[in-house]
Amino acid sequence: MLRINEYRRVESLEEAYGLNQKKNNKIIAGGVWLKIGDRRLGTGIDLSGLSLDYITETDDVFMIGAMAVLRDIETHPGLLAYTDGAVKESIRHIVGVQFRNCATIGGSIYGRFGFSDVLTLFLAMDAEVELYEGGMVPLKEFVHMPYDNDILVALHVKKKPIHIVYKSQRNTATDFPVAACAVSEYDGKLHVSVGARPARAELLEIASDAMPGTEDGIRAFAEELAGQFVFGSNRRAGAEYRRHVTGVLLARALRELAGQKQHERRNGEMK
Amino acid sequence: MKIHLWLNEREITREIDADLPLLEFVRSEGCYSVKRGCETSNCGLCTVWMDGRPVLSCSVLTARAEGTHITTLEGVRERAEAFGAFLAKQGGEQCGFCNPGFIMNVLAMEDELTNPSDEDIREYLAGNLCRCSGYESQMRAIKEYLRSRKDELPLNGETE
Repeated sequence: MLRINEYRRVESLEEAYGLNQKKNNKIIAGGVWLKIGDRRLGTGIDLSGLSLDYITETDDVFMIGAMAVLRDIETHPGLLAYTDGAVKESIRHIVGVQFRNCATIGGSIYGRFGFSDVLTLFLAMDAEVELYEGGMVPLKEFVHMPYDNDILVALHVKKKPIHIVYKSQRNTATDFPVAACAVSEYDGKLHVSVGARPARAELLEIASDAMPGTEDGIRAFAEELAGQFVFGSNRRAGAEYRRHVTGVLLARALRELAGQKQHERRNGEMK
Repeated sequence: MKIHLWLNEREITREIDADLPLLEFVRSEGCYSVKRGCETSNCGLCTVWMDGRPVLSCSVLTARAEGTHITTLEGVRERAEAFGAFLAKQGGEQCGFCNPGFIMNVLAMEDELTNPSDEDIREYLAGNLCRCSGYESQMRAIKEYLRSRKDELPLNGETE
C-alpha cells in the first residue's frame, strides 16, 4: 500500500527538482504503478499544476509533456498519422481506457519498466527525453541510464520520413505483454526495438539494405534478430518462449513494413 | 491537507490524508456504488469520471482531484437507469457486482465515441471485467441502447 506523509502540488519545476533530491520523496505521475507497491513516501510531488499535459506538433517535432496521459497519445491525430497507427497499436492493449486516462508518458518512460509497450514503441523513433537538469538525452541512451533524482519534463519525437510497425503478444487481453517489438525505418536504417524481455526495451540498428526481399529471407532475418536480444523468464513466460514469439512478431512487423513501403511506392508519395 | 472539489456537482471542501485514494473519499461522501474489485488497477469496478473522463478511483489520489468535477453513478442516475433497463432485458445483469463501473464506462464511451464498431466497443470496455456473463449479453445491451439513443426511442429497454 502507498503511504504518503505530505502531498505537494508544486508551482515550478525548480521546486519539484528541489523536493526530489530527498531520497524518500517521489514524483507521482499517473500513480498507477506507485500505488500497487508497498511504499512510504515523505512527500509525494505532483506536477499536475505545471501544464505539462501538452502534445504539441510542429513541422519538425512532436513534444509530449510528461503529464500527457496515454489515452491522449493513442488518440492524437498527428501521432496516429505519423506512425501509421503504430502508436495506437502499442497503447490500446494497456489495461483499459480508465487506466490510460491516468497513466502518463512521463511515468511510463521514466520508469523504464520491463513490460513497457510505450518505451518499446518510442525507442524505435528518433526520440529524446527532456530532463530538467540533464537537458536533452536521446531515448536510446536514457533507457540505459540508472534511476536518479532528475525530472523528466517531456518526450520529443523528431519528425522524419518513417515507416513503423508495432506488435505485441499477451497471455490474456489487457495483461502485460510477454513479447513486444517495434520495427521502423528512417535515416537509411532499420530500428528494431524489443521490449517485454522482460527487462528494459533494447534497440538494434541495422543498415536498411539488410532487409531481405523474400518471405523465407524475412523469416530467417527475424529469427536472427530475435537471437541477438537477451530474454529472461518470469511467471508469465520463459526466455525461450519469449525469443520464439518475438521472432514471429518481428517477421510480421518486417512484412508489414515492406508492405507499407510498397504501398507508398505505388502511390508515388512520400510521407 | 485541504481539498476542494465538486462531487456530483456538489461543491465540497474537506480535510483529508495525503494518501487517501479517491475511491475511499467518494465512499466516505456516501457514493457507495464505487467499489474496489481488485488491488491491481485492472477490474474497472471503481470507475468514476474526473472532469468527464473515466478514471480508476482506486488509483487516483484524492489530492490529485483538487479543483475537479468528480462524477459517480449516483450523479448520472437517469442515464444509468436507462442503460440498466437494456442490460436487464438482455440478461447482462447477473451478480451485478461489476455493474457500477461498467455502466460509468459505457456512458463515457457513449459521450466519447461516435457510431462505435463492435471492435471499438470491446476495446473501450476491455478494462471492465465481468466474471459472470462472457460479455455477450452486455454487448447486445450496449448495441440496443446505442441504437435506441440514435433513433430517439423510449429509454425502457424495449426496442421493438
